[in-house]
Amino acid sequence: MAAKYELNDDSVVVIVGSGAGGGTLGNELAQKGIKVVILEAGKRHEMEDFLNDEWASFSQLAWTDMRTTSGSWRVHRDFANLPAWIVKSVGGSTVHWAGASLRLQEHEFKTRTAYGAIAGANLLDWPLTLKELEPYYAKAEDKMGVTRTNDIPGLPGNNNYKVLASGAAKRGYKEFHTGRMAINSKPRDGRGSCQQIGFCFQGCKTGAKWSTLYVDIPKGEATGKLEVRPESHVAKIEHDAAGKVTGVVYFDKEGKEQRQKARAVCVAGNSLETPRLLLLSQSAKFPDGLANSSGQVGRNYMRHMTGSVYAVFDRPVRMWRGTTMAGIVQDESVNDPKRGFVGGYEMETLSIGLPFMAAFLDPGAWGREFTSALDGYENMAGMWLVGEDMPQETNRITLDPKAKDKRGLPVASVHFDDHPNDVAMRAHAHKAGSALYDAVGAVRTFPTPPYPSTHNLGTCRMSANPRDGVCNKFGQTHDIKNLFISDGSQFTTGGAENPTLTIVTLAIRQAEHIADLMAKNTI
Amino acid sequence: MQRQATQGVDRRRFLAGAGTAALVISGAAVIHTGEAWGLEVKNLKPETMRTLIKMARDIYPHDRLADRFYAVAMKSYDEKAGTDAAAKAMVEQGVAAIDTLARAKHGAGYADLGWETERVGLLRQMQGDAFFQNVRGGLIVSLYNNKEIWPLFGYEGESASKGGYIERGFNDIAWL
Repeated sequence: MAAKYELNDDSVVVIVGSGAGGGTLGNELAQKGIKVVILEAGKRHEMEDFLNDEWASFSQLAWTDMRTTSGSWRVHRDFANLPAWIVKSVGGSTVHWAGASLRLQEHEFKTRTAYGAIAGANLLDWPLTLKELEPYYAKAEDKMGVTRTNDIPGLPGNNNYKVLASGAAKRGYKEFHTGRMAINSKPRDGRGSCQQIGFCFQGCKTGAKWSTLYVDIPKGEATGKLEVRPESHVAKIEHDAAGKVTGVVYFDKEGKEQRQKARAVCVAGNSLETPRLLLLSQSAKFPDGLANSSGQVGRNYMRHMTGSVYAVFDRPVRMWRGTTMAGIVQDESVNDPKRGFVGGYEMETLSIGLPFMAAFLDPGAWGREFTSALDGYENMAGMWLVGEDMPQETNRITLDPKAKDKRGLPVASVHFDDHPNDVAMRAHAHKAGSALYDAVGAVRTFPTPPYPSTHNLGTCRMSANPRDGVCNKFGQTHDIKNLFISDGSQFTTGGAENPTLTIVTLAIRQAEHIADLMAKNTI
Repeated sequence: MQRQATQGVDRRRFLAGAGTAALVISGAAVIHTGEAWGLEVKNLKPETMRTLIKMARDIYPHDRLADRFYAVAMKSYDEKAGTDAAAKAMVEQGVAAIDTLARAKHGAGYADLGWETERVGLLRQMQGDAFFQNVRGGLIVSLYNNKEIWPLFGYEGESASKGGYIERGFNDIAWL
């Protein structure tokens, strides 16, 4: 039975957001007997509500509240008010994610050491090592049921994967398979196995894919310690004279202002909303926003080097059938500066339906050159390229000086310039992806530009030295002991891998730390 | 209309008529003689709707798609013009501008130009304009999100109610 707490109960831990970070943390704390309130801006849509229909699902799930953009990235030109394709719904972006669950590599925790000084990049080693995280990675993989871990078999490969694998073999790649996916290949943890429906991005209709929505949150609620309040948009975190946070102000589903008191506050609103909330919470004591003595709140925004390659063949592929991210080639994910850039990238199959292909293949394009590509839709295979991008201080989230949301609060303004390393990596990846498909006999290949960001990282990064970042290696902010960062904003650097597994891993570890601090009464 | 055109006067009019024989204006409707449908136009000039339909095909030309899919995709402009004077003005002025360009360069209105290359050349000239961007940006959803066209591209749409593809060919590729 889900808990129900009073607004003036100052013994609860308040978590802002219910995705990979917030949803996991909420359950983990509840399992330890800690009282938790999760405030989620979106509605609670359950599995049966999900739609196998790209635009309709987008309207149902996506965070479409106004945001503004600037910078040299193409997303600014193509999707000026949609910098990120993330979810506003209970479960957050774990409803929408593809399921790829990869550990960061050892060197990716110490990029400043491994890559050296890179002009324009604000590289920093994580205050954490892979070794320290390994036991928590193992817990996360078990919780999420990641294939190729815990004796869980890999998923069967669909048509899109078979094309990828055939090309990978012909190109001499060695590390390719159907991925480490948090999608059940056989029934596990009360959830069935993947029915190869497709539409992973639109919410899994069978629950084969892990999501906090129907895994962690119900388990947390069953303890009687967790309360989830949907349609609760947090506008401000409040603090006392001593500088400890005391609770949050939020707008409930009727748009009424409420104040929930708290013993500690954990922010997990994704890397655009998390820094926005800290900045919106400015006060006389903290004029630059909360936890911002370093000036790093909102800075070092990362979104991964991304791009896609779609290829048309002379015979049908029907890539949309089955798992959206059905396989991976990992050979290019190493750090090999001889390629002309530091860091690496993963090649992962991706398919989108005809409506989204029209919108994303080459945004703004028209005429026969464009439509002849769509004419080949049935014969298309596709891959997503995802690699490490360079943190830059000037890539940042700020409060827009003009644009306001419906509550009158300044919206997040997202500035992003590609770093030369990102550009070089994307060019390499587009070429390698095209070569892979050419090896299988592609008639045409399309190096496709980045979509609105799904991997938003690094805007409240962890650092050993409080001068360099916002939080410590437990996500606890350097400035305020009972304020925590609990999502991908913590990432010091981005790595090449899809971030969800690491976000979940950090949340499991953070829950242990918070429970420990509470037991010792230090927060 | 077709007969009139063939009996008609100069070569230009003959060619123009031949190029657009299928889409004609009758009263307040755009009639498609070949596909046997009519679209009643309530708020825009019917000529404007005829030009919009032609533009839509020129922007996203798919020879496998009948004109009716382009007409359906543009219908909302007429609906919107009924409630939004600014939107109506933008469309009427935008179409008037492209017709002026067409007459200056080729001696006939946009929809009466027989060659796609001629029409597309005019669209290229105005592709930075708000009117063009509005039409293109709307079409990318209104055309490709029409479920009726999906089978023509092989796309199968919703699959959960059919049990997904686990038993229906998710891995049936045979040519590799």
